[in-house]
Amino acid sequence: MSLRNCQNVKVLEVTPVGQLKRPDEFFEIKLEYPDWDRWKPGQFVMIRPTGWELDLLWARPFSICSVDDDTLTLFVQKVGRGTARITALKPGDDVAIWGPLGNSFAVEPETPTLLLSGGIGIAPFRGYVEQHPHPENLNLFLAHRLPLECYPFGKLSEKINGQCMIEEKPDDLQQIIASMRELIKEYADKDGLILSCGPTPFMRTVQQFANEFGARAQVSLENRMACGVGACLGCVTKDGNDHHVQVCTKGPVFWTDKVEL
Amino acid sequence: MNMNVSFGGLDLKNPIMTASGTFGFGLEFAPYGDLEKLGGIVAKGISLKPREGNPMPRIAETPCGMLNAIGIQNPGVEEFVTKALPALANKNVAIVANLYACDAAEFGELASVLAGEDSLAALEVNVSCPNVKEGGSAFGADPIQIRKVTEAVKKNAGNKPVIVKLSPNVTDIAVCARAAADGGADSLSLINTLMGMAVDIRNRKPRIANVVAGLSGPAIKPVALRCVHQVVQAVDIPVIGIGGITSAEDALEFILVGAHAVQVGTANFLRPDFAFTLVDELEALLVEIGAKSLEEFRGSLELPL
Repeated sequence: MSLRNCQNVKVLEVTPVGQLKRPDEFFEIKLEYPDWDRWKPGQFVMIRPTGWELDLLWARPFSICSVDDDTLTLFVQKVGRGTARITALKPGDDVAIWGPLGNSFAVEPETPTLLLSGGIGIAPFRGYVEQHPHPENLNLFLAHRLPLECYPFGKLSEKINGQCMIEEKPDDLQQIIASMRELIKEYADKDGLILSCGPTPFMRTVQQFANEFGARAQVSLENRMACGVGACLGCVTKDGNDHHVQVCTKGPVFWTDKVEL
Repeated sequence: MNMNVSFGGLDLKNPIMTASGTFGFGLEFAPYGDLEKLGGIVAKGISLKPREGNPMPRIAETPCGMLNAIGIQNPGVEEFVTKALPALANKNVAIVANLYACDAAEFGELASVLAGEDSLAALEVNVSCPNVKEGGSAFGADPIQIRKVTEAVKKNAGNKPVIVKLSPNVTDIAVCARAAADGGADSLSLINTLMGMAVDIRNRKPRIANVVAGLSGPAIKPVALRCVHQVVQAVDIPVIGIGGITSAEDALEFILVGAHAVQVGTANFLRPDFAFTLVDELEALLVEIGAKSLEEFRGSLELPL
């Protein structure tokens, strides 16, 4: 294995997404591609700008959104101090990066596959769709709170079937949940595969309906992490047997019957 | 420069060790550097029986530091001996086990299980973890208990050197250091984390489920340096300095006040290759500042008369 698995790469571009209605919250960050042999959709990276002194110690985990020959793309929502500084990076800045980390989403080329994303949880599905050998078997569902233009939904829905629902009014949430229930039942009935990524309440809903209908479903967790390599035990979740397991190395993707949310 | 250090029954190729709980069982960091480059690896704390540790959330970032309350989550000594240790057995690096137990008798039992493990260079006794209800810092604050636990481990450790890891959450750390020395410790390591806390005014909850947690990182380095200084003055046994080291300069500060070696902890989270690059940087910096040797530099702090 290469001993250069932690390396410094340059920021190529930081582009606000959907700036019109919601300024400066979502960003597409392009980095020089680290010389990885391979990566799989669902995996993540740890990023720490080399310019950070000691007042923010930890790197930040981001799922890999997309990779091409010379670029690694991340999709980042500004939610706190770390992401505020990361989204303020300029082209040419150096970041330390280690990865690709963790496991990945199941890929079953011939199986009808439902991609359930809650908000920013859409990020890893871009890479998933790009790598999938039979994108015609994929169906994307996005539940979101901010205007659709904030998410890379348009690009994805050009390639595969996609539908989206916005949560603006209190009633919307119930409708979203009802639609998710219907979709999950449909995929359970045809022995399809369900992959989901989003906030914890969203994934609890996925888990609940997957259990109800016996669907095969995976969730991708985004617990707070310090190391990303399995050492700090700060990101653990409970597996199906009441044992704490690291989200960074045993996940971030878990089958819904093998994780307690 | 010769970076080899021998002290308290340990023979290290350089004074850089990794601190318990920040480096897993070692192999987690093998993709990021050559483990054999390190002076030593102190494994994640282990207990006789597996422990699930504390509920989540367990960690929080603080100014120049972090809080953790993991609660010694570990697979138990049996799995440590049958899985983690064999995986490291062919590595030419000093492996140190870190022991956690609830009383002196249990510490002794744990030491006796580990005494026969050829691949272990030493045992480090955790009398100072602040994140567990029994044992932990209760021992760490009581000199009588520190001595009892040290004696129990030493008696059962065979020929393994015993390192006692001290808590800074005490009135006088020198008293604790003397208690461990009197109990037969071969060396001391300090400091463990400082007791701390973080709360969220928006949801009005503690940021850590355990409520109180251990503070580590560069924020605690001055406290750690002071503790190492006081302990070096108080006892004759060697000291391993720990606390907020994020650079070669930091490491040399501990050596200047008299530490034989250092352990790096939280810095392993800044980037996983940190400890490996520190080994090179330490030697380069020693040369740069004109030190004749590591030994000449160690403890050469010029105190006011």
